[in-house]
Amino acid sequence: MDKPLTRNIKPDLAPVTLAEYRRSGGYEGLKKAVTAMAPAEAVATVKEANLRGRGGAGFPTGVKWSLVPQAAGQKYVVVNADEMEPGTFKDRLLMEGDPHQLIEGIAIAAYAIGADTAYIFLRGEYTLAARRLEQALQEARDASLLGRNILGAEFHLDIHLHTSAGRYICGEETALLNSLEGKRANPRTKPPYPQTSGLWGRPTVVNNVETVCNVPHILREGADWYRGLSRSQDAGTKLFGVSGRVKKPGLWELPMGTPIRELIEDCAGGMQEGYTLRGFLPGGASTDFLLPEHLDLAMDFDSLQRAGSRLGTGTMIVLDDATCPVRIVLNLERFFTQESCGWCTPCRDGLPWVVEILEGILAGRGRPEDLDRLEKLAWLMGPGHTFCALAPGAAEPLQSALKYFREDFERYLPVSPALSLRGEEHRVPLLEGERRAAGG
Amino acid sequence: MDDKNNKPIPLTESEAAEIRAAASHYPDPSAASIEALKIVQKHRRWVSDNNLQAVAELLGLSAAELDGIATFYNLIYRKPVGEKVIHYCDSVSCWMLGAERIREHISKRLGIGLGETTADGRFTLLPIVCLGACDRAPAMMIGDELYGDLDEASVDAILTREDRHG
Repeated sequence: MDKPLTRNIKPDLAPVTLAEYRRSGGYEGLKKAVTAMAPAEAVATVKEANLRGRGGAGFPTGVKWSLVPQAAGQKYVVVNADEMEPGTFKDRLLMEGDPHQLIEGIAIAAYAIGADTAYIFLRGEYTLAARRLEQALQEARDASLLGRNILGAEFHLDIHLHTSAGRYICGEETALLNSLEGKRANPRTKPPYPQTSGLWGRPTVVNNVETVCNVPHILREGADWYRGLSRSQDAGTKLFGVSGRVKKPGLWELPMGTPIRELIEDCAGGMQEGYTLRGFLPGGASTDFLLPEHLDLAMDFDSLQRAGSRLGTGTMIVLDDATCPVRIVLNLERFFTQESCGWCTPCRDGLPWVVEILEGILAGRGRPEDLDRLEKLAWLMGPGHTFCALAPGAAEPLQSALKYFREDFERYLPVSPALSLRGEEHRVPLLEGERRAAGG
Repeated sequence: MDDKNNKPIPLTESEAAEIRAAASHYPDPSAASIEALKIVQKHRRWVSDNNLQAVAELLGLSAAELDGIATFYNLIYRKPVGEKVIHYCDSVSCWMLGAERIREHISKRLGIGLGETTADGRFTLLPIVCLGACDRAPAMMIGDELYGDLDEASVDAILTREDRHG
């Protein structure tokens, strides 16, 4: 099975050098683009390959590129390397293990849309990735793969590494642009979209690291080859990850459309001894829970959407039977509350309210109507009510936990208010796994 | 510390040079505001109110604008911190696999709670959101170093080593 994204990555994770990268066919895709293709042909090839964004939203990359006006003028390519979605650790591997793959992809994207400047927006905590990218950028400059007249063509490009200083909201593409301009990372109103008015008001393409890393292979091997890698209608391979109480947490490159069961049971080795799978977040913290009955679904954008969730970042968080679903949701909602930028009301005010209600339920102060309130808040924070996708993302694990794990919320509710008035304590029935852990 | 006499502190020459180099990557120097704050922090461990004026002037911002930026980002410290900052991950995968137990162990060993610094000024303990090391949960960073697959014994060994070096 061909694994283009990770085939150069070494077992000890030492970075692939420029010489090694070139020996494996590296920068051939860029060469083909700048010497044998018009920019519009490069865009058409990526479009034809049906590459969809790997940052979570799944927007077709070639279409995004084609929305950039063709007229000459300052344009930018920006790489979203702000990997902060809880449970997600895929872009780290690509940047630390094979930085030139990313650089080549950026150069092709810049050629395709007519940009002469690109920025990699990297989260501040990825210090090893920062060192390796700086080193690889310098190697590329020294070899004239960046700078003026790249590979003899009428194509010039500088790539700058911008390291950020925290805040999940920077992963939202318009908030990222504000942050890159040195401002607070509040999202912008859309439209206009970045393709027409992005960084400093200029046409800008913002792409996720993994998305860009696919591009050199598509240019080199062609759109048909790329589509043929997949097991479903979504093209290519993807990095899929598993964390939680599985035997071997990790990251694997698999064809799009691989069944979830293969990832969790074959790659990750199934659940740890003594634990049972209760559910999982298929694509990071901001996706809806799915259940063991969904294990045979294909991991692609449409299959998971039809099941009521999202492929997201493709990195799964596994819920076992000793972890309380209410507490895991509280952990997630605390994260979203802290990381809300505070710009719009449903997010700024809705999220702390959700956290307060969940804390109340866990403290034995819950009432049956609290569950309805949580449902209403999930709706209030949902699509169409907010500036960006942070609050709708926060609503996804909440609404699906209320749907699939309702009895877990209800077990904390006192049977009657009179009980607490009399000072009697409500005894919360234990989960199967909790009973085992307590030795009962 | 710096804050006691409310006087703006000038930048050193090397700080100013590093900030100018970062600003050269952008058509507008104010885009380097976050990198500039990180440069000040690299040299002074944290960014006091008195550091803001000089940085703002260099970038063509007001001190108030720069303050708004400085307070937005998690990794810009606005209070004094120790020589090494321990960031333990409290996000979902680490939380499931015992992050809170690790946090309690660090607190007990160093005698500090969240946001506190050891009496010898060596370590400060802070939470951090997902470090992107979920396959090695629970994880933490000390300074620029990432540590995963933590348990009490490995935390002891790491803290001993970090205390001895640099």
